[in-house]
Amino acid sequence: MLAVLAPFILALFIPALYKYVRQVHTGWFVLPLPVILFAFLFQYIPGVANGEPYTFSIPWAPSLGINFTLYVDGWSLLFGLLITGIGALVVLYSIYYLYKDKEALNTFYVYLLMFMGAMLGVVFSDNMVVLYVFWELTSLSSFLLIGYWYHREKSIYGAQKSTIITIFGGFAMLAGFAMMYVMTGTFSIRETIAMAGNIVDHQLFIPAMIMILLGAFTKSAQFPFHIWLPDAMEAPTPISAYLHSATMVKAGLYLVGRMTPIFAGIPEWFWIVSSFGIFTLLWGSFSAVKQTDLKSILAYSTISQLGLIMSLLGLGSAALYFGYGDESLLYTTAILAAVFHLFNHATFKGSLFMVVGIIDHETGTRDIRKLGGLMTIMPATFTLAVIGSAAMAGLPPFNGFLSKEYFFTGVVNASRLDIFNMDTWGMLFPVIAWVASVFTFIYCATIVFKTFTGKLQREKLDKEPHEAPIGMLIPPIVLASLVVITGFFPSLLEYTIIEPAMAAILPGLLGPTETFYVNIYFWHGWTIELFMTIGVVVMGTLMYNTYKYWDRIYFFMEKRDPVNNVYDNAMIGLVKGSTVVTRIQMTGLLRDYFTYMITFMLILLTYSLIRFDAIALDTSQFAPISIYLWAVTLVIVISTIAIPFIQQRVTAIIAVGAIGFMLALLFVVLRAPDLALTQLLVETVMVVLFLLCFYHLPELRRESFTPIFKFTNLVISIAVGVVITITAYSALTLGNQADFQPISQYFIENSYKLAGGLNMVNVILVDFRGLDTLLEVLVLGIAALGVVTMIKLRMTGREDV
Amino acid sequence: MELLMSLLVGILFTVGTYMILTKSILRVVLGLILMSHGAHLLLLTMARLKQGAPPLLGEAAAAYADPLPQALILTAIVISFGVTAFLLVLSYRTYKEHKTDDLEQLRGSDDE
Repeated sequence: MLAVLAPFILALFIPALYKYVRQVHTGWFVLPLPVILFAFLFQYIPGVANGEPYTFSIPWAPSLGINFTLYVDGWSLLFGLLITGIGALVVLYSIYYLYKDKEALNTFYVYLLMFMGAMLGVVFSDNMVVLYVFWELTSLSSFLLIGYWYHREKSIYGAQKSTIITIFGGFAMLAGFAMMYVMTGTFSIRETIAMAGNIVDHQLFIPAMIMILLGAFTKSAQFPFHIWLPDAMEAPTPISAYLHSATMVKAGLYLVGRMTPIFAGIPEWFWIVSSFGIFTLLWGSFSAVKQTDLKSILAYSTISQLGLIMSLLGLGSAALYFGYGDESLLYTTAILAAVFHLFNHATFKGSLFMVVGIIDHETGTRDIRKLGGLMTIMPATFTLAVIGSAAMAGLPPFNGFLSKEYFFTGVVNASRLDIFNMDTWGMLFPVIAWVASVFTFIYCATIVFKTFTGKLQREKLDKEPHEAPIGMLIPPIVLASLVVITGFFPSLLEYTIIEPAMAAILPGLLGPTETFYVNIYFWHGWTIELFMTIGVVVMGTLMYNTYKYWDRIYFFMEKRDPVNNVYDNAMIGLVKGSTVVTRIQMTGLLRDYFTYMITFMLILLTYSLIRFDAIALDTSQFAPISIYLWAVTLVIVISTIAIPFIQQRVTAIIAVGAIGFMLALLFVVLRAPDLALTQLLVETVMVVLFLLCFYHLPELRRESFTPIFKFTNLVISIAVGVVITITAYSALTLGNQADFQPISQYFIENSYKLAGGLNMVNVILVDFRGLDTLLEVLVLGIAALGVVTMIKLRMTGREDV
Repeated sequence: MELLMSLLVGILFTVGTYMILTKSILRVVLGLILMSHGAHLLLLTMARLKQGAPPLLGEAAAAYADPLPQALILTAIVISFGVTAFLLVLSYRTYKEHKTDDLEQLRGSDDE
């Protein structure tokens, strides 16, 4: 529990340490934490290997079913070890990489620790909501770290892009989690797994799956969401090594592995995960070959390797289709390969990024067209690069070879599947995998030979190249030795890490005492996989040496990923489209806004009148009309209709006044003496006010309307009048039909008894409903104050108020 | 009688709407006044215009007109009067500041 929160707590103290202890590089204060965490997690290995998961729980919002639950099993422990171990090495590396006096170290380490804590939270959370919270925290800290050098245009662009894409996926994932909750009624992943069998037929099952996969694919840079990763290379190299190779981009893989027990076994999951993965593998390896910047090569190589792992997770999910039995164990090889390669990729990719960082640091460039001949100058770096690249290309005797073998085994096995239409399409998998491996070989060769062999071009370099300081070399050396050790002694991992992780991804395939058979060794005999590997090496060597003949193909000429154009145009289009829409809507004209509002209300009212059949015109129960009323009404109608046509001020005032006075007369006729009095007074004052104002205002001009303008106004106005009339009349009719008794009987009976007044209206105003009157007085007061303020306070220009 | 009153309210609203949609501030204010007249009349109409004595207990009649909507309308009249007065002064000040009462020319200002 404390382990997950510790990075956040330490992050609070970093700025103070940076400020007050300037002599020591801040990184040294950060370094112990991941080391301690690594050691702490290390002690769980024996227990987890024996199949005993650990659980810790603290209630957070129990009423919502959200608890801060940590769950440690093989799968999350593998990630935990990767995060803390590589985190420690990256911190050590960054101490030597970033200068103490030139960079803002405090922000760097705060973001880094925030990321570390968030990532640990992601992998250990059992609760989906908590997982989502940490997930977004990783997105946020990644954004901050990519934009670390915020004065660079490209950093800002890369940070923005990565954030938009990953947050989009994160929201989709949240929606998926919400759907899961609707289906199961719990946010706990383990409880969901226990219910997995019951929800397969639920209508939300597939949408939830797609939403969650969107989150995983955006985070893990699967096609077509991979475009943010190459642009994220603007981050400092330690960050690229840590976030964009070893940890954050694996969060999506983690999620897919976590969700496998829930979703696997249906064809949709199998096909989506494996086909996207395999296509990403192909696309990434193609794109990596054409890059000239070392970090871009590594970025695309990361994309392709992530695709590889993703496709393996997809293919391995077929094992759950068969359920408990021997046949399923054939397909668990794919999961084994996925877990193993995930570990391997973290080791060699981390070390390669650090190597590139060293080259950048010592020569001042990462462009392979400027580099060359560094072999004799930087022997240690060269060795590391060879080890890392060979492992990446899948050559013996390194660990990459082993996982590549298993990868081939997995795809070949999968191609023999006879479910999910695999019998027709299955052969594609090994073929695509093989082609992608050839390209992988080519770019690995590029990294090594273009950088370290050939001629040294001193005139193109900014600095005099020399070997890196020892502190910068230690982390990649550690990682590279891991590459070699797991290459020679893979048995170290077999039952400590890999098997528990597989057991976590594929529960229920084993009896209580059984374990998966994990036996990794070099020599399988003359199998099809070995021939494939030999073919990769031969073909790759051939193509690498003839590269200058086929690099003229358009795809390899265009250095930027074509999917970027889609993204860029989408962003530009979004801004343009919003601007256009805003321009159309927000004209700044009062008239237009009124038109929108009135039209909307008209449509709404008319629709509901028709929809609920509320138009009722019944003339039976109403009071008769006296001749007197006819006359008054006629005067009102005539003066009302005359108003729009009047061009003189005084006439307009008289017309409006006439309406007011006639209204007062109407109130008299309709037995409302108080109203008539008030209306008379108010109308008089209003006329006076108008006269005062009009004296200062211009003559009412003949308005220069276009006929169409007039016409639309007329249509809208008449529609308003008609709808209001119909509404009023229908309401009356329906009210009559409903025959409810008005509350006024109470006032009539009690106004003298309770309040001691004979004038009911006045009693209501000041006694029964006095609060209205109080606030109405307040309204008048405010209006008066406003009038005074407007006249007295003259703001000329923009002075202080 | 209610039908006639409903029609009258409709006409008041029609003209009020038409005035609101025009370009001159003054006409908009006039339109608002007409609309509030219409609203008051509507309130009164909706309570059924049964012929009865005015709501004064001194009359000792068999039936009275409904006092409650009258109280409501009284409140509404006063409030709309306050708002209209405010609007009038506002348009006067606007004209003094910007030398125009045309809403189309009053779009935006320099200090945005």
